[in-house]
Amino acid sequence: MTITLLDARGTPLEQQKFTWRELTPKPLSKLDDDAFTRVRVILMNGIEQQVNRFSHMCGQFNPALRYALADIRRVEHHQQTMINWLLGADHSPLETTIGYEQVAIEVTAAIAQQEPDEYLAQAYRFGLLEDFDHMYRYSALMDRVEGKDANNILQCYTDILPGRPTSVEHRAPEDDLREPYDKHATDPISKLNALTIFSGEYQTRDYYMNIGPTFSDPVARALYAEIASIEEQHVTQYGSIIDPNETWLEKWLLYEANEVYNYYSCMETESNPRIKAIWERFLDYELGHLNKVMALFKKYERRDPAEILPERLPDPIAYQSQREFVRKTLSEEIDLRARGTEFVHKTEEGEASKRYREQLNSTGSPSDAVAMNYRWQPGTELAKKIA
Amino acid sequence: MDQHLGMNRTGIDMSPILIKKMMHVDEDIPTTTNGATTKSTIEDFFLENAEPLGSVPLPGTAKSMIKTVIKMASGKHPEVFINKLGERLAYERTGVRVYEQLIAKCLHSPNDLSPDVQLPIDKLEEFRRQEEEHFELLADCLKQIGADPTAQTPDADASGVAASGLMKVISDPRTSISQSLQAMLAIEMADNAAWELLMKLAEDMHMTDMASRFQHALEQEDVHLRHIRQWYEESVRSQAKMAAMK
Repeated sequence: MTITLLDARGTPLEQQKFTWRELTPKPLSKLDDDAFTRVRVILMNGIEQQVNRFSHMCGQFNPALRYALADIRRVEHHQQTMINWLLGADHSPLETTIGYEQVAIEVTAAIAQQEPDEYLAQAYRFGLLEDFDHMYRYSALMDRVEGKDANNILQCYTDILPGRPTSVEHRAPEDDLREPYDKHATDPISKLNALTIFSGEYQTRDYYMNIGPTFSDPVARALYAEIASIEEQHVTQYGSIIDPNETWLEKWLLYEANEVYNYYSCMETESNPRIKAIWERFLDYELGHLNKVMALFKKYERRDPAEILPERLPDPIAYQSQREFVRKTLSEEIDLRARGTEFVHKTEEGEASKRYREQLNSTGSPSDAVAMNYRWQPGTELAKKIA
Repeated sequence: MDQHLGMNRTGIDMSPILIKKMMHVDEDIPTTTNGATTKSTIEDFFLENAEPLGSVPLPGTAKSMIKTVIKMASGKHPEVFINKLGERLAYERTGVRVYEQLIAKCLHSPNDLSPDVQLPIDKLEEFRRQEEEHFELLADCLKQIGADPTAQTPDADASGVAASGLMKVISDPRTSISQSLQAMLAIEMADNAAWELLMKLAEDMHMTDMASRFQHALEQEDVHLRHIRQWYEESVRSQAKMAAMK
């Protein structure tokens, strides 16, 4: 299926309506649905969450756009509701966390491979190895504190192995900023990729900040505090690769186009027919939003949206296990660190990050503590003793 | 909503190719890690420096304050009693809502269990009413000793956290009556033991009138527990029989 962005009309905004029953759909099955269905649900919640955040900020700075923003934002808020409510109540907060890290690993790995700009691809691979380590730490937590196997959620698609150790991921802010892409020179897919990963990481940061204090176990509370801090660094990194010289309307146009691209990717790969129908419906909704924003772009900027948007959508995001790519990256890049906006070998790391990290870890490292000598086994580490 | 075989994907046997790849890790990739901090470093610090959930509320009136002070001076500790009364009150109040949810589930899933096992709605309604009576009884007792029945005591807080997972099972429309009965069994077993303790505590405090009212509540709770246990066992065993017949 080919989607053209510039002439597709989608569902008109005035026909985009919901009922409370629709907004609280039957959840997906934690036990029977494919893990990638949950991956898509989590990512799309994050995509909608970030557009909502952008839309509110945009309204604060652009009085002429306030009504149009509010109009589209209400529908998108409800889209997010319907998507997020697909997660069943039998997901514990830690199980959902494993799902969030699976998103971070599998989607970032897929995006890193389709990214044409080598510097941006490097930034994605850099973040990937850190989220990969978070998966290992949270899996150890789940095993050692709750007695549960993270692979019940992962369904063997994603490895549970150490990555770049979380305890060394703490960096001074000056080492978390990256060079932004040049809005005039970069490929449109690079702009969409940046928004996708930025959105995913932002919701992960917020999720950990919200659920971290709901845990009673002190190690769990400390681990969530630690990993939330890295997610904040990731939001800084991915936010900084976006060209800050884009106008508000350029950004809005890109956000809407990225939603179209993401719903299209979900629709093309979804195995659950009921949920596929939701992706299809929202793809049409987003085309409707894009259409409106293109009109606003023409009206206020007196420019052609074709200057910003690709005529056709790129290939859909590959929702499949990226094990080989992740392991290759792990072998080749685990010792990379950041210095300023560059990626360097750990021997060349700057003093600011070392000092920052030493301070934070000076009373012990929660991520080291939870995973000391941990090796994942099917059925938890206790299963090794009975095997 | 009976048990059925299906495409449960959580185990490794559903992914025979992927699990082989997952378990085969080249030597250049580490499979385990260590560091300078142990789990107990963190646990020990927080265990040694923790503060309690909170306090038992002070009696609200000068008159009741005097009553409490007198009891404390005579070697009794009404704060323990108030804490436990508050816990039971909160539990019984929640119990009313839990029974309402179970009744709603039964009304909407008449064929959930086998034809041999039907939960009598009138019996569930009776249990619900008794939970409410127990709530009222406890509110009355708390007032009688000058304590505030609207306050949340520390043990009420802890037992509310303990019951939260059980309530989640019963209120989820996707869970079966049998799964809900299992959660109810845990609720009623804890409830039963708690009433027994409360009765002993009232006797220790020489509150003989209260002790006898608690004895009556305990007898009713005994009936709840017996029925819930029996219904739960029947529901599981009848499903096993039906599965065997299929």
